Amino acid sequence: MELVVALAIGVLTGSGVWLILRPRTFQVIMGLALISYGVNLFIFSMGRLVTDRPPIVGDLAIDPSAYADPVPQALILTAIVISFATTALFLVLLLAARGLTGTDHVDGKEPDA
Amino acid sequence: MIGLLHHLLIIPILAPLLIGALQLFLTERRGIRIACALGSVLVQAGAALTLLYLTTDAMPHMWTEGVGVYAIGSWPAPFGIVLVVDRLAALMLVLTSMVGLAALVYSLAYWDRVAPAFHSLFQFLLMGLNGAFLTGDLFNLFVFFEILLAASYGLLLHGSGVRRVKASLHYVAVNLVASFLFLIGVAMIYGMTGTLNMADLAGRIALLAPQDRALFEAGAAILGVAFLIKAAVWPLNFWLPEAYAAASSPIGAVFSLMTKVGVYAVLRIGTLLAAGSEQTSFIDVGLFYGGAATIGYAVIGMLGSYRLGRIVSLYVVSSTGLLFMALGLRIDALTAPVMLYLASSVLATGAFFMVNGLVQRTRTLQVREAADVGPLPDDTYIGFDIQQRTDPLSPRDEIGVAIPAAMAFLGLTFVCCVLLVAGLPPLSGFLAKFALLRTALGQTPGTGASWYTWAFCAAVIVTGVAAMIALTRVGMRLFWSVRGRTTPRLRIIEAAPAAFLILLCLALTAGAGPVMTYLESAAQSLHSPQVYIRVVNGTQQVAP
Repeated sequence: MELVVALAIGVLTGSGVWLILRPRTFQVIMGLALISYGVNLFIFSMGRLVTDRPPIVGDLAIDPSAYADPVPQALILTAIVISFATTALFLVLLLAARGLTGTDHVDGKEPDA
Repeated sequence: MIGLLHHLLIIPILAPLLIGALQLFLTERRGIRIACALGSVLVQAGAALTLLYLTTDAMPHMWTEGVGVYAIGSWPAPFGIVLVVDRLAALMLVLTSMVGLAALVYSLAYWDRVAPAFHSLFQFLLMGLNGAFLTGDLFNLFVFFEILLAASYGLLLHGSGVRRVKASLHYVAVNLVASFLFLIGVAMIYGMTGTLNMADLAGRIALLAPQDRALFEAGAAILGVAFLIKAAVWPLNFWLPEAYAAASSPIGAVFSLMTKVGVYAVLRIGTLLAAGSEQTSFIDVGLFYGGAATIGYAVIGMLGSYRLGRIVSLYVVSSTGLLFMALGLRIDALTAPVMLYLASSVLATGAFFMVNGLVQRTRTLQVREAADVGPLPDDTYIGFDIQQRTDPLSPRDEIGVAIPAAMAFLGLTFVCCVLLVAGLPPLSGFLAKFALLRTALGQTPGTGASWYTWAFCAAVIVTGVAAMIALTRVGMRLFWSVRGRTTPRLRIIEAAPAAFLILLCLALTAGAGPVMTYLESAAQSLHSPQVYIRVVNGTQQVAP
């Protein structure tokens, strides 16, 4: 499982970095979205990868190792909300830039050919 | 009474949160909106000044050694999130509320009517700033960073226009990437140490297994890169000059504080991590080189620009560079002058952005295109259903008291700002730079200063000279060339905030003795963070 998660994080982040270095705003926003998925998975894996263990400790909890770490899951939830909101804002900005400058280049003008 | 005073720590976050949310519903009544916004900022200023007073050991039975802790949700420290105020945090809170007050009053003249969400965004920006200075939890710091950034995205776009949208596109993309780096750093630190509480973290570094240590340091380094992007250190700062110059003038004034949040974070985390272990140091000589490169970039940029807004933005960059160079020298005695320089440069740039906005108005109609603050596109008014259209360059139709001798006032404030920025006597810019130089050179009596110290002294002088040359050139063009200029009509609520910030700098100069005493005690508590760690870890539940 470690290998699969590591590969997923690597592919998502790698593709994201490549995309945000592209000149079109749509590519940049897709890149940012992919990086945010990669980062969220990364936070998740920092709580150690375990299966079949609940993150919620009941009343009779005795052995903490029988439970998954709930903190990274709470962190991801916050990070998802924040990155969702900022990506939505970036999308509006992208459309405004397209409307005002007439191009979807990140610098607001086409490079001289 | 004492019990109630404990709750004072949450006020700088709660007041803007509630008022900012309330503002969303007060769309019709402008009078009530303004009263609420001003009330919130005044409450924050009152809370910040009281916290400043309390951290001077004025009430030793309440907070020992100037560190106050507030457990939100009443959970004890390493498990619950805590707010911590110490002397550095109190100083930053006071700076935030002063600049916030001035910028808000200034914006009432014109800018708050351009779009209905202005007051909400402004309050949320102040909330993010206050929260970032107060929090004692690493992930909470991320959340407050995001709050202030999200508000700043909206405020940078405030007023619309092609230039602002283009600058925002770069600003938002760069800061989103910085936020992802922040998250990766925080996650790695949590994965290795199992805690997010900064004080608890400092205690756990020494307990790390050797194989975990490398990963922890990598996490701290990634976190550091995120802070350096926010603080605009070369080569991570190419987004800043255009974004800050494109922002409307009151927003630029508040933005001048935002880069200093990065400096604050480096100072706070750096000193806490230094307590945890001798080998790991967050504040390192690398900061010195980064700062030097930043100054080089800013100096060349200042000498090459002819627009006032751009020069002031580049001065923000150069002041950050100087702060990091000073921190990179790793002389503990320099921390107090560093904080004085930080306070002085924030107030000076805040005033300068406002003066810049007023100076733009001396342009006549023919050269309006160059000013980039012309009338808004019609879509903006239609989109937000705004009936009353105003023009920032000639607000003739405004009701308000104009001040006499507008040109003399503009000239005088401009000269004061130049003196502050260039570090010439008699204002606080000079005192701060003098204190930096004297402390740096006085460190090693007899043996002579090292190569680093001399380079730092040269940088202090060079930034001053470059700012002087660039601003003199712009000033001559703005005030002494008659062609294409008119005498603008300035209202009191625009002129007073700029004058207020300059008077604060004057007060810093006049009260330099007590200010330095306070800053030295702040530096002392920063460099002996055992007190901070002990107080935070010993937090008990808050009395109801």
